[in-house]
Amino acid sequence: MADSNSPRDGTLTAPHVLEFNYTRTVGPVTGRFLTGLRDSRIEGVKTAKGRVIVPPTEYDPDTAEAVTDEYVEVGPGGTVTTWAWVSRPRNLQPLDRPFAWALIRLDGADTAMLHAVDAGDPSAMKTGMRVAPRWRDERIGMITDIECFVPAQ
Amino acid sequence: MSEEASEEASKEASNTITEIIAPCRLDYTIAAGEAQRPFLRGLAGGKIMGQRCPRCSKVYMPPRGSCPTCAIPTQEEIEISDHGTITTFCIVNLQFYGQAVEVPYACCSILLDGSDLPFFHLVQEVAADQVRMGLRVKAVWAPEEERKPSVESVRYFKPSGEEDAPYDSYKEFVS
Amino acid sequence: MRDVAIVSFSQSRHVRRDQQRNEVEIVMPVVADAVEKSGLQRSEIGFTCSGSTDYLVGVPFSFVMALDGVGAWPPIDESHVEMDGAWALYEAWIRLQTGEIDSALVYAFGKSSQGDLPAIMSRQLEPYTTATLWPDAISIAALQARVLIEGGHTSERAMAEIAARDRANAKDNPNAQVTGDFEVDTLLAEPYLADPLRKHDCSPISDGAAAVVLVAGERARELTDRPAWIRGIDHRIDSINFGARDLTRSPSAALAAERAGAGVDKLDVAEIYAPFTHQSALLERELGIGNGTRINPSGGALAANPMMAAGLVRLGEAATAIHKGSADRALAHATSGPCLQQNLVCVLEGE
Repeated sequence: MADSNSPRDGTLTAPHVLEFNYTRTVGPVTGRFLTGLRDSRIEGVKTAKGRVIVPPTEYDPDTAEAVTDEYVEVGPGGTVTTWAWVSRPRNLQPLDRPFAWALIRLDGADTAMLHAVDAGDPSAMKTGMRVAPRWRDERIGMITDIECFVPAQ
Repeated sequence: MSEEASEEASKEASNTITEIIAPCRLDYTIAAGEAQRPFLRGLAGGKIMGQRCPRCSKVYMPPRGSCPTCAIPTQEEIEISDHGTITTFCIVNLQFYGQAVEVPYACCSILLDGSDLPFFHLVQEVAADQVRMGLRVKAVWAPEEERKPSVESVRYFKPSGEEDAPYDSYKEFVS
Repeated sequence: MRDVAIVSFSQSRHVRRDQQRNEVEIVMPVVADAVEKSGLQRSEIGFTCSGSTDYLVGVPFSFVMALDGVGAWPPIDESHVEMDGAWALYEAWIRLQTGEIDSALVYAFGKSSQGDLPAIMSRQLEPYTTATLWPDAISIAALQARVLIEGGHTSERAMAEIAARDRANAKDNPNAQVTGDFEVDTLLAEPYLADPLRKHDCSPISDGAAAVVLVAGERARELTDRPAWIRGIDHRIDSINFGARDLTRSPSAALAAERAGAGVDKLDVAEIYAPFTHQSALLERELGIGNGTRINPSGGALAANPMMAAGLVRLGEAATAIHKGSADRALAHATSGPCLQQNLVCVLEGE
């Protein structure tokens, strides 16, 4: 405790870091999605009602029923359904320069997924714009195998 | 299934992602509270400070600013002896990541003279099989120039050479 | 259903950064004050339930230390939720319904100033494909704001008007943190914090605590001139997968309001926990708050947002309006999770 000491107001403060890597068992549905990402392929799962959920969940978010075992490849291109501009990126976020968070509906999907868009400037962002993934060369089966999305035609 | 196909299937399965390692790091600036500040500043000056409850007169070290029995604030600062008694202990034989001390070592519950709250600390300069309930110990302080407002100012405790404390003198804190 | 009332409420002065006191020291006087105002002795309290999250201060089991501070020895009957204190109140209300106890203490606290709150809030997201990207809470809210703005459900001006309304209301609230008269045009001239959100669209970061005492039946009438009776309380949840949700809606808020009986009679006061201005606009619609209801007379979360306690504060403020006789029927709302994922509604009445 207490490396920095600010006697003016009598307070006593110290830096503290909470750092721990979680090893998470992902289960067969998310596991299939992440395995796809490692192989630069994006897959969704079909619900009983025929909606395609991406990233796939074990359940239909509308009804909580189990999804089917039918997987479909989606994207890789998609449409931005909403976005928010980040002027000062934080530690562990996908990019270390200003970027947009966006919900992206990949072609063939019925839901949107969150990722970063490397657009350079907020003026380059627009709801409805087309984006495509920028894959990492080294992929390990994480959502971050997609480094970010980039504006596309 | 042919041997080749089975091998292919198991290869496929081992290729499936079943786990991820998700990094986590959060940075904080912790501010010591009213009760902690005199305690920490005391350690920098080579003193162990506690607080006394105005109602039941129990003395708490480390002080938390309140009495858990009376649920009222504790404010009276009391200097406490750096000699105490081991009320209970365990011997650690397990090496774990980041561990600074060599196994086996004794992790002890120590009741300082004048305090009503045992706390955990290391006891060293004694063989693990010589550590016992009732053993009298004293603080080994960091050299004066290395003392900080931190619990690290007390390096560890070691036997003080006094006669063992009788069980009755600390039984309230183990039963 | 057993009649249960909020008989007392206390809160700290919410501040941006309390460097002098730790969580226990912030919560202790608030709990002592709520118990004293209730007229009960500590020993009479049948159940204690708290709401907080250890991630805020980065100290595992800090909620246990807080429990120590409020007096947990000899052992008391207690519980804790890793949720806003409004959900701790719900648990206490359920316990009172069982008839096993006749009174309960509920408290909540949050010292957000020690860490990076928007980053910490990302830890409550889906852990495999969302939380691993570390999106901050303000950006997640901004995604919903844009959907509402571009869908014509609100506007940046309407959002600034909500900020101005709540900050002006907070002038009468000595515990609020951001108060005063603000011109909407001046607010709109400010730069974006996370386009399309400006600073005034976001609740402040606050250190603070709150506590209430619940008492069942006749005893509540003996203790208080005008108990705030809980006539309905319900909480509901939407999918954590916010990319699969219609972000212009909050079905869980609407359903909780319906189940709590919000719409069966006129509401004099509504205390809404909207951490962001656009969420206030959306919640007013989903909760069915109409003209003639005073919204956030305390200033709401936009005036002070002690994380984990701000929902319980809404219940306390609504109850206070009943206690003082400035309302006969009041609604209190609390939320949790990304984009108003989880919502609790409580309807309080005087008699």
